[in-house]
Amino acid sequence: METRAQNQSLAAEFDRRNMDWYMDKLVQVLVFMGGISAIVFIIGIFAFVTMEGAGFLFDGFSFREFFLSEYWEPSDEDDPEYGILALIAGTASVTGLAMVVAIPFSLGAAIFIGEFATGRTREFLKVLVELLAAIPSVVWGFIGLSIMNPLIIELFDVPVGLTVLNAGIILGLMAAPIMTSIAEDALKAVPDRYREAAEALGATRWEVIFKTVIPAAKNGLLGAVLLGVGRGFGETMAVLMATGHSVNIPGSLFDSVRALTATIAAELGETAVGSEHYQVLFTIGIFLFVITFIINLTADLIVRGVKNQ
Amino acid sequence: MSDKPVNTNTSEAPENGEHQFAIDTQNLDLWYGTFQALFDVNLKIRQGMITSMIGPSGCGKSTYLRSVNRINERLGYVRINGNINVFGNNIYDPAVELVQIRKEIGMVFQRPNPLPASIRDNVLFGHRIHNKHMKTNKAEEEEIVENALRTVLLWDKVKDNLNRKATQLSLEEQQKLCIARLLPVKPKILLMDEPCSALDPKGTAAVEELIWELRGEYTILIVTHNMAQARRASEECIFMLMGKVMEHTATEDLFVTPAKKETADYIEGRFG
Repeated sequence: METRAQNQSLAAEFDRRNMDWYMDKLVQVLVFMGGISAIVFIIGIFAFVTMEGAGFLFDGFSFREFFLSEYWEPSDEDDPEYGILALIAGTASVTGLAMVVAIPFSLGAAIFIGEFATGRTREFLKVLVELLAAIPSVVWGFIGLSIMNPLIIELFDVPVGLTVLNAGIILGLMAAPIMTSIAEDALKAVPDRYREAAEALGATRWEVIFKTVIPAAKNGLLGAVLLGVGRGFGETMAVLMATGHSVNIPGSLFDSVRALTATIAAELGETAVGSEHYQVLFTIGIFLFVITFIINLTADLIVRGVKNQ
Repeated sequence: MSDKPVNTNTSEAPENGEHQFAIDTQNLDLWYGTFQALFDVNLKIRQGMITSMIGPSGCGKSTYLRSVNRINERLGYVRINGNINVFGNNIYDPAVELVQIRKEIGMVFQRPNPLPASIRDNVLFGHRIHNKHMKTNKAEEEEIVENALRTVLLWDKVKDNLNRKATQLSLEEQQKLCIARLLPVKPKILLMDEPCSALDPKGTAAVEELIWELRGEYTILIVTHNMAQARRASEECIFMLMGKVMEHTATEDLFVTPAKKETADYIEGRFG
């Protein structure tokens, strides 16, 4: 009996709820709330956007008109038309060109940083890439507007320089840093023994990279590209400033276009809250949300797949 | 430890002819940065034999092995003094191509490292690299794959799923595959860096048996932590200590009548 009493007092000794204990609990709760808030906010935003767009979405929404009409004429007094085909074409063409620009740049940079650069050079380049990723998009838009625009007019002898070409290049340069940094992570995740194996078999450095490292990292690299695409779809300011913002299905690189995101940004302030136009803009928002969500989710799943292997 | 390492020539090996030694190392010193890992190593490795290298961790046996195919240079901070002649050619001559060295000298690593591709592509990897300008047709490739896998006693197990990812095989099978992929390149020397240390006893026995089968056709230099393995699976044995070669002789002599006290102490397990 005595030992049991001793044990109990020992247990009580260990179970003391002092300052540290409360501190621990407090931090636990805070961290939990921090972690869950991201999810809550995302669901909240999606709910809000859906609610604002719901009026149009469930009443007067015609799949045919919305997705297949190229006429975006919201300010027509008598018969406004809300076709986003031209806007989708604008976003897609700019994003597509951006990827054509960004993929070689970012893969090249990632290979150089991950496989060739060593020591200081490597650290310096990594910091530089992060720094590039942090340039605000309005600055890129400014570059598109004030540098690329006259340059394109001059070089190609066209009347306007605010075109698919301009926005595509700007967006490509914007997306490249983040793609570089993810692609480099993917290359770094390739175990060194693969390189060693290939090298011991007589592969040159080039062959090691192209026949061993890149195939082994291909999922991660694909993930990097998809994140770049997601970035391109979602980018607003730079695209608004560099595309020329005219509703148009582009026939060449030198046509001006208008992007989905830019349309929302430019028009939302001018619509009456709750009006049909307002609701349509939110419906575009839902569409963008779904697209970027799918792209990012796919990218994430692909990158995760790499790590699980 | 100033006295010269003992090199007792085994009696049955031919004494004349240039090619009796596959690897002839002369006064090799090696530094990692400022740390000297090898001191004046002189080794003559006999052609067509299995030579094992033993010694406590950090004695330089892996370092020596990895300087024979110059894979050490990947590290970038390795400096070397002296010569390694492989069949009479100094591999540290500036005119020598790394690719050529690695065609002649294959390497098997401690942890099986098949590439994350199919079994077939793994076997053909080296072949494709060294025969870039020669088109090999499908049938020839299949034959190469089959021969290599047969030699390592893996063919019957994997012949029905050559497209399977090599990384899904068991460790023993992976290690056999790693040996198999060296063969189509037709190397003359195989370097093995503790090839069985990641394997269970059954796998170890299987791989040892395979290595034993390969002797004669290939000169095999094998680093091992496992003294029993050196004893049962090699013909000559090298004992290294602190970057120096202490003793190099026929395996049975080294284990039965070691010439040096350090060797005797090590093989009896008094240190290391």
